This record gives sequence, structure tokens and C-alpha cells, in this order.
Amino acid sequence: MTGDIRIRADKLTKRFGDFVAVNAVSFEAGRGEIMGFLGPNGAGKSTTIRILCGLLRPSSGRAEVAGLDVAREPEKVRANIGYMSQKFSLYDDLSVMENLSFFGGVYGVKGARLKRRIAFAVEMAGLAGREDAVVSDLSGGWKQRLALGCAVLHEPKILFLDEPTSGVDPASRRRFWDLIYALAGDGVTVVITTHYMDEAEYCNRIALINGGRLVALGSPSELKRSAIRGEILLVEGDDPGAMLEALEGAPGVRDVAPFGSSLHIVVDDAARDRAAIEARLAERSLSWSRIEPIKATLEDVFVQLVGEGGKAAP
Amino acid sequence: MMLRRVRAVAQKEIIQILRDPRSLMVVLLMPLMQMALLGYGVNLDIKHVPACVFDREGSQQSQSLLKAFQASQYFSVVESERTYADVTRAIDAGRCKIAIVVPHDFSETLANANAASVQAILDATDDNTANIALGYAQAVIGAASGNIQLERAQAMGQPPPVVPAVAEYRVWYNEDLVSRNYIMPGVVALVMALVGAQLTSLTISREWERGTMEVLVSTPVTSLELMAGKILPYFVIGLIDAAFCLMIAVFWFQAPFRGSISTLFFTTSLFLVVVLGLGYFISASIKSQVGASQIALVATLLPTTLLSGFAFPIEQMPAPIQWLTYLVPARYYFSILKSIFLKGSGIADLAAPIAALALYAAVVGLLAARAFKKTLG
Ligand SMILES: Nc1ncnc2c1ncn2[C@@H]1O[C@H](COP(=O)(O)OP(=O)(O)O)[C@@H](O)[C@H]1O
Ligand SMILES: [Mg+2]
Repeated sequence: MTGDIRIRADKLTKRFGDFVAVNAVSFEAGRGEIMGFLGPNGAGKSTTIRILCGLLRPSSGRAEVAGLDVAREPEKVRANIGYMSQKFSLYDDLSVMENLSFFGGVYGVKGARLKRRIAFAVEMAGLAGREDAVVSDLSGGWKQRLALGCAVLHEPKILFLDEPTSGVDPASRRRFWDLIYALAGDGVTVVITTHYMDEAEYCNRIALINGGRLVALGSPSELKRSAIRGEILLVEGDDPGAMLEALEGAPGVRDVAPFGSSLHIVVDDAARDRAAIEARLAERSLSWSRIEPIKATLEDVFVQLVGEGGKAAP
Repeated sequence: MMLRRVRAVAQKEIIQILRDPRSLMVVLLMPLMQMALLGYGVNLDIKHVPACVFDREGSQQSQSLLKAFQASQYFSVVESERTYADVTRAIDAGRCKIAIVVPHDFSETLANANAASVQAILDATDDNTANIALGYAQAVIGAASGNIQLERAQAMGQPPPVVPAVAEYRVWYNEDLVSRNYIMPGVVALVMALVGAQLTSLTISREWERGTMEVLVSTPVTSLELMAGKILPYFVIGLIDAAFCLMIAVFWFQAPFRGSISTLFFTTSLFLVVVLGLGYFISASIKSQVGASQIALVATLLPTTLLSGFAFPIEQMPAPIQWLTYLVPARYYFSILKSIFLKGSGIADLAAPIAALALYAAVVGLLAARAFKKTLG
């Protein structure tokens, strides 16, 4: 089993001056695992990924990627990883094929293998027949898939994807996730950051990061079980703001948070506490259109562990 | 160093250069424009050259000749000498650059032969200034002696002789060409220094600004491979630019060229490596495109114009400034070009400045490779 560990981070810490961007983060990720980094903006997700790619030196702690120390042997690490940065990772003024040839070249892939890998990447991105299109003419979804194709030309063991699907339409996001699943199926370890909660659900494990700290680590269902001790009631009504005010700190209510135009209320026992909540709303003469128990989502976990401020904008 | 990766970087860079016709035009036209601008515009007119005079005749005519010197803006008569020894001392001490000696039979020969010879003694340590000063002296003497003859002819009621006014203009015209011969190698050196550093100054900062650098540094490409791959295409463009500039100097401005093309090619290549490396170094040290290009301009324009010996003779600078000129690569290239153009020097004759440029290339290459760190921090 140890042979299958691809990433090992041990109390990884990064300081920028006095500011601690990554604070003693430890985790492991195995072969073929999809590991999601979830956290608000500025949590330290990108910084952690940059350390793991050997692009930033950790201030303290250590990390191994593909069995190599990232601070001591960054060049060897780079031969084993693919990276899609948060910013744009392709050359806009080059064509699809020119980008692929370039990245194939700098990754040192050549000859028949390069041909085969480029064909694979073109197929994967769904760009067959558009090899000569200039990248700036492609829409977001194509670009992201092409960037992914470029990042896997050298068949890396580990793939770091920093917000690869931000700003891409939902259909393209689903296609992108199909590709990630296929790669993980071939044994590639994927570390991906996202702020889409539905995407986080697709990950095998989630590392919830807030203020540079690893707040929780586990599969989506484990996180829901451990973070939410209780049940969730969904409440909808005309005036969610007033309802929120009325229910905060009310008997039986462990926590209440707005979700769009509705409220999610964490209670110990949905059946028992529902009456108390209805009574409280009636007392304040607030009308509701719907109260019903729902399954906890990752967003509930997020709100519980990170708080309101950290919730991603819809 | 993996050639496969150097080639990938070079190919990408070439595609990007070719795909941007506007910037391609700029890199090819900029040197042409600068050549024209500097070739016509650089005015190395020398004013108020300190002069001493030695009037061996002491006649009215000789005095009016020397007055003409005093009146011209090109010379300042700083002292009058009594003996040749005084003249030599004044020049040796550097109190004057030129001495005008009027012979004892000046008026007589002027009257009889219609031409008098006036002796000009020059401090030729800086032969550039000396040449130009001599030209001016000839012009002044020509005009003054013409006037003297004219006055005398009028006084004697004779028809005016052929006044060498035309000769004056001919001197001027010739003189202009002579100084341009000296100027052209300097202009070429200056333009190549500017263009070379500009060419590469944008190459790294562009990657930072477009966000592609982050992915580039995550690949196994090494800083040396990246540098080689990025400089190579600009080296070819730089050679094309150099060929343009040199052809303009020789065929348009008619600078005499006595050297060999192969020496010119070798030394120009070496100089290009230095300035391209310099631009790359600046580019790798500064993350913004505008900043890199401006610093490259300042870093090449000022030292090259002020310290290469092109505008101001190095021998006349104070010692500390002279030392500073050794740090200016254009200094060596300028002296190489001057020798190749005017003396036809070969590689063996130019061993010293070539060695200096080679050392410079090695140091700049090392600095540039080290300046580019494959990290973001
Ligand atoms: N190079 C840097 N210098 C100073 N502060 C930085 C630097 N990079 C990131 N930070 C800070 O570290 C924190 C974490 O940033 P980042 O890892 O990009 O967060 P995330 O990707 O989770 O949004 C932010 O507050 C950011 O401003
Ligand atoms: Mg980020």
C-alpha cells in the first residue's frame, strides 16, 4: 500500500512575510485517487499546489510527490507531474497542434510516442479536425480540455488542476469530469481545486482548507456524517431575512444559514424540532411555504466548518 | 541540456514572432529608421576647439586671417605663441588642440601665387576630432584668404580674382562626408545595441504577463534550455537587422568599407550574443513587459551614446569615467567596426576587443541563466 502513495505532505507551511498562507497541512493521496481541495478564496489552495509542484519552496514541513522531495528535487518532480494553473495555461496565439507540439517538446516526448500522445490529447479534447484552429478562437470548454491534454502528454503520474473548470459552462464541466475519471481510472492521482460544491461531490476525498489550515479531510459522505451531527430542515418563505433573525438561537435550532432564497436549519431531530420551529415563526407572524427535512449537502458541511463568509458565490 | 527542448522553445518563439506581423515589422523597420535618423541627425560638429596661433609675419593680412579664426564658432583662440617651442608646449600640455602657424611670407605668397600655405599643427590623439577640426580650419582659412585677396584687388582697382567661395563649399561638403565616415560605424554599433536588447527584453516578461510562465516553469525545461531556445530566433533576426544597418552605412551613407565580410560577421555575431543576453537578463529580472523594455532602452541607450567613444572620445574622459567605459559592450564593437571599416582589420588585429566581448558574452550568459529562477516565490 505504501508503494501506492503518490503525494505525502507533512506539516507543510508557507509564510509570505508574517502572513501564513499554508499552515501545517498534512495529508496523503494514493494512486488513482481524486483529491479535491475545497475552500474559500485566499484559503491557501493554490499555494499548496504550487509547493507540491516544486514552484514554491515550503517555509517548513516537507512534501513528497512521486516519492521525491519537492524542495530538494523539484526538477525530477516536474517530470512526473502535469499542472494546469489557475491562470490560463495555453499559448493563445498558437494553434491547437502548435501548443501540443510545444508542450510535448518541453516535456521531452518525441518520435512515435509524441505522435501517439498528441493523437490521444486531440481525441480527448474532442478537437479532431480542428488541429489548426488558433487557441484564442476556441471557447472556454475546448481550451480547458486542450490544456488538460497538454498537461498529460508525458503521461504524468500526478495531475494538479487548479480551478480548471472556473468560468466554463455546465455541459463542458461534466465532460471535463468524465476525462478526470478516465485518467484516475488509469491510475493517475488527481489533485483538483474547485469552488463548485457539486464538483466537490465527485471527488474521492476532500481536503477542506480555510485560513491556510486543513479543516477536514475525508470522503464527501464521511464529511457530511462527521461535520453535521444532526439533521437538516429546509425552510422556504416570503421573508427569509426575517425568518433567519427569528430562528437564530431559537430553542432546538443548532444552526441556521441562508441558501439562496431558503434557509437550512441544523436540528438534532427533524421530526421533533419541526413543531418548535413552526411555532416560533407563527409567533413572529412569519408565513412559510415549505418546511421539510433534506439530506445534508457539502455546502452544509462547508457552512458548518468554514462559516458564512467562506461560502462560494453562486 | 536537451536539444529537443531547446528546439521546442525556439520553434514556439518563431511561430509567435511570425504570427505577430506588427511586431515583426517593428523589429525589422526599427533599425532602418534609427539608421536614417542617426545617420542624418547625429551632428558631431565640434565647437570652440581650443586653438593657439603663431603669427610669424605680423602683417595686417595675417592678423585678419587670425581674426577670422577668433570669430568662427569652431575655434576659440586661447593663446598667441612666439616660438615653435611654445606651440609644442601648448599642444603637449593639452591647452590647445590645434595650432595655426602663419608663415613669415604669408601676404607675399598670397599676392603672387594666389595661394598661401598656412600650417596647422594638430593634437591627433583623437583623430576623429582632429580630422574634423582640420576640415574646419581649411574652411576658415579658405574663406579668410579669399576675403583678403578680394579686399586687396578692390583696393588696387583690379577685377576681383576667382574667389574661392566655391572651394569653401567644397571643403564643407567633403568635410561632412569625412565625419560621416567616422560616424557610421558608431551609428551601427549604437543601433545594434538598442535593437539587440529590445528584441529579447520582452520575451520572458511576456510569459509572466500572459500567465503562461507558471505552466512553463512547471515543465522539466531548464533555465539554460529556455534561454537558448528563446535567444536563438532573435539572434537570426538580429543578424538580419545588422545586415540592413551595415548595408545602409556602406551603400547609402557611403562609409568606406575596407574589411572582410567574415570578420564583420564573426564580430557582429559576438556582439549580438552580448546584447541579446543583456536584454534577456533584464527580461528575466523584471516581470512587466513595459518595465523590461524601458530598462533595456535606458541600459543600452545612455551608456552606448555616452560611453562607447562614439559621441565623446574616451581619451578625453576623466579616468574614472574611462574605467566605466570598459563595462559598455558597444565600446568594443564600435572600435572593432571602426577598425574593420577604415583600416580593414582582420580577426587577429582585433584580438583584444574580441576577447573582451567574448568574456562579456560569457558573463552575461551566466547572469541571465541565473536570473531566471524556475520558481514563483
Ligand atoms: N506570492 C505571494 N506573496 C504574498 N502573499 C501571497 C502570495 N501568494 C499567495 N499569497 C496569499 O496567500 C493566501 C493564499 O492564496 P492562494 O493559495 O492563492 O489561495 P486560494 O488558491 O485558496 O484562493 C492569499 O491571502 C494570498 O493573498
Ligand atoms: Mg487559487
